[in-house]
Amino acid sequence: MTTELTIALAILLLPLVSFILLIFTGKRYNDKSGLVGTAFLGVDLLMSLYILFAKIPSEAKVWDFTFTWIDFHSFVNNVPLKLDIGIMVDNLTAVMLVVVTLISFLVHLFSLAYMKGDIRYSRYYANLGLFTFSMLGIVITNNYLLMYVFWELVGLSSYLLIGHWYEKKSAADASKKAFLVNRVGDLGFFIGIMIVWMQFSTLTYDGIFTAIQNGIIPFDSNTWLTAAGLLIFCGAVGKSAQFPLHVWLPDAMEGPTPVSALIHAATMVAAGVYLVARTFPMLTADALLYIAYIGAITAFIAATIAIAQNDIKKILAYSTISQLGYMVMGLGVGAYTAGVFHLVTHAAFKAGLFLASGSVIHAMHHALHHVGDHHTDAQDIRYMGGLKNKMPVTFWTMMIFTLAISGVPLTSGFLSKDEILAGTLAFSKFTGHTLIPIIGFLVAGLTAFYMFRMMIVVFFGEHTDKHRSKHLHESPNVMTVPLMILAALSFFAFYSFNPISASHGWFYENVTTPTVVVPEAVSATSTEEFVEEVHHQHTLAMILSVSVAGLGILIAFATYYWKKISADAIANALKPVHNFLSNKWYFDELYDATAVAATVGTARLLAWFDAKVIDGVVNGAASVTRLGSVISGKFDSIVVDGIVNFTAYFAGFFGMLLRTVQTGKVQTYIVFALVGLMVLLALYI
Amino acid sequence: MTITLTHFLLISAILFSLGVYAVITRRNAIMVLMGIELILNSANINFLAFSRYGGLNIEGQMAAIFVIILAAAEAAVALAIVLNIYKRFNTVNVDEISLLKD
Repeated sequence: MTTELTIALAILLLPLVSFILLIFTGKRYNDKSGLVGTAFLGVDLLMSLYILFAKIPSEAKVWDFTFTWIDFHSFVNNVPLKLDIGIMVDNLTAVMLVVVTLISFLVHLFSLAYMKGDIRYSRYYANLGLFTFSMLGIVITNNYLLMYVFWELVGLSSYLLIGHWYEKKSAADASKKAFLVNRVGDLGFFIGIMIVWMQFSTLTYDGIFTAIQNGIIPFDSNTWLTAAGLLIFCGAVGKSAQFPLHVWLPDAMEGPTPVSALIHAATMVAAGVYLVARTFPMLTADALLYIAYIGAITAFIAATIAIAQNDIKKILAYSTISQLGYMVMGLGVGAYTAGVFHLVTHAAFKAGLFLASGSVIHAMHHALHHVGDHHTDAQDIRYMGGLKNKMPVTFWTMMIFTLAISGVPLTSGFLSKDEILAGTLAFSKFTGHTLIPIIGFLVAGLTAFYMFRMMIVVFFGEHTDKHRSKHLHESPNVMTVPLMILAALSFFAFYSFNPISASHGWFYENVTTPTVVVPEAVSATSTEEFVEEVHHQHTLAMILSVSVAGLGILIAFATYYWKKISADAIANALKPVHNFLSNKWYFDELYDATAVAATVGTARLLAWFDAKVIDGVVNGAASVTRLGSVISGKFDSIVVDGIVNFTAYFAGFFGMLLRTVQTGKVQTYIVFALVGLMVLLALYI
Repeated sequence: MTITLTHFLLISAILFSLGVYAVITRRNAIMVLMGIELILNSANINFLAFSRYGGLNIEGQMAAIFVIILAAAEAAVALAIVLNIYKRFNTVNVDEISLLKD
């Protein structure tokens, strides 16, 4: 193993050490546990940066370390049957390592103040360590087996973190929901892995892709190859909250806000996108088309729901789902680099948005606490307003994040979104699916609108309560510094020196579309042609995206700042639509009525079967045995005892009868003897 | 009237019967012993009668002497037993000495 890979392994294991240390000894130095976790992550971040700067200029395509874990000593399809596992670092992994450790470090830092005084402070930090470890594991492995293991670990640690305040029923329910909904997707992922294992007897990416390139495909059928790709994509649907499994993410906002920033904005949900990116070489044109449509549908549904939400974190949650849909759509149309690039830029500004919202909620809580108000929801934007002057740092950083997510020029979001939209235009040109770019631009406009709606309602105008506004203060430095760092990272300069195009930045130069290995008959448009077309569409995409974003922002200002358009009037005029949106397209109700009801119904049926039939059989057997015992007991006590008692009584009776003869007097016996003698004499003489 | 064997046997039988009667009816242990003596003596009369009139000769007299010796020994042992019974039960009434019962 090379030095670099040793360091990569250390990056992976350091958060695990932090977890073990804090979970076992954290309670002893509760107040210091946050600092310990943060220090570990700081070192982790520095090492990740080292790996990134060492890897990017490196000539070697991949640093890889593989060893045979289990050798079955047998052959299937002339391929030795053995389980190889290992780690690898390519450019994508190097970037992801920095993204994960950076966001995780900032969240650790932010939580020092946000979670101060929490009853399970040390456990919170321990779980953050476990989560970071799992997430790093996903990006660092070179095979689907370990990927699946870490995938489940991410699910577990997110369950623990969402349910951090498990005394609250809603939080406990949300953590269960997240875990179960993810499980649905993971089942598909697992079946996909099984198909791959059946055919290739290997689970390393390299082994699988080489085999496909050599013309070996599952069951000699391109359909099976598509199916394998789509089943693996199922895992991404669950983790990345894609339609139809997006329902868990908004509920997961019950967790602490920094957790939302880490898990539900930047890392865990990005794992699905990362999975699609890793699987990209083996996805057929059909699979990619499905993926693109799933992404587009998700982006659209989530964006429409976000418009009608009033909870600040819910708005951000739906915005996250929408942006994840964007990334998946980007990958689906073949804009690999754009999709991954959006993942990276989004990680920075969405984590920033969540942390900023955390800062706002923190301030609101503080103020509500001061005025003794325990009824007002600290997360409801309708009770906010006018926070601009109270919390200037939070306001300005959040404004930068909002500009970035809306795709305003000079921001990182503009660069990545623009590339995805250009990709969708190129895709529609090659395949004729014009719906995808239409949805893409529509969602871009909607995103700008609902994000600015939130900003205006929260930060502009007057605060809704004079008394409360006196107690609103800016958050402490440990909370604002992470915001400033993330705000800096939301500018274009970190990714490309050209503010209108990222195509010559370091990211585009280094994270390139991997070689597609699927048979030519079912492969999508070749990468060269596609990139060429994207270049052609770039200008058009840029103009369109800037104008729809501008339009969205304009409408938001017109509605909520200048009040030229009455939002309430529109909501009343379109009451059914508004209800439909504010109730999240009734997805929860739909799932409750179908999947949940069916599951609960089946469970009830089985419980009834257990209680009535199984228990009935058991109880029946018991009753029969009992009856048998009673009969046998009666037989014993009446018949057997009767015979015994009768024998005894009989013997006793005759004893009584005969004892009268036994006088004990010698003289009587003599009389008997004489009488006997006489009888004998009489008989014989 | 000549005295024949029959007369001896008759007396002996009467004596035997009297002895048995005493053994059966007497309540006093001493009396019972005396009844036994009568029975033994009736046997002696039989022996002597048969030695005189039957063919027993001297053997009959020998047997009678043995019986007398036996009777003496028996009386000694039996009286010792009766003395012990008296010590234990403070009575020599054989009806009251019914330990064999129960």
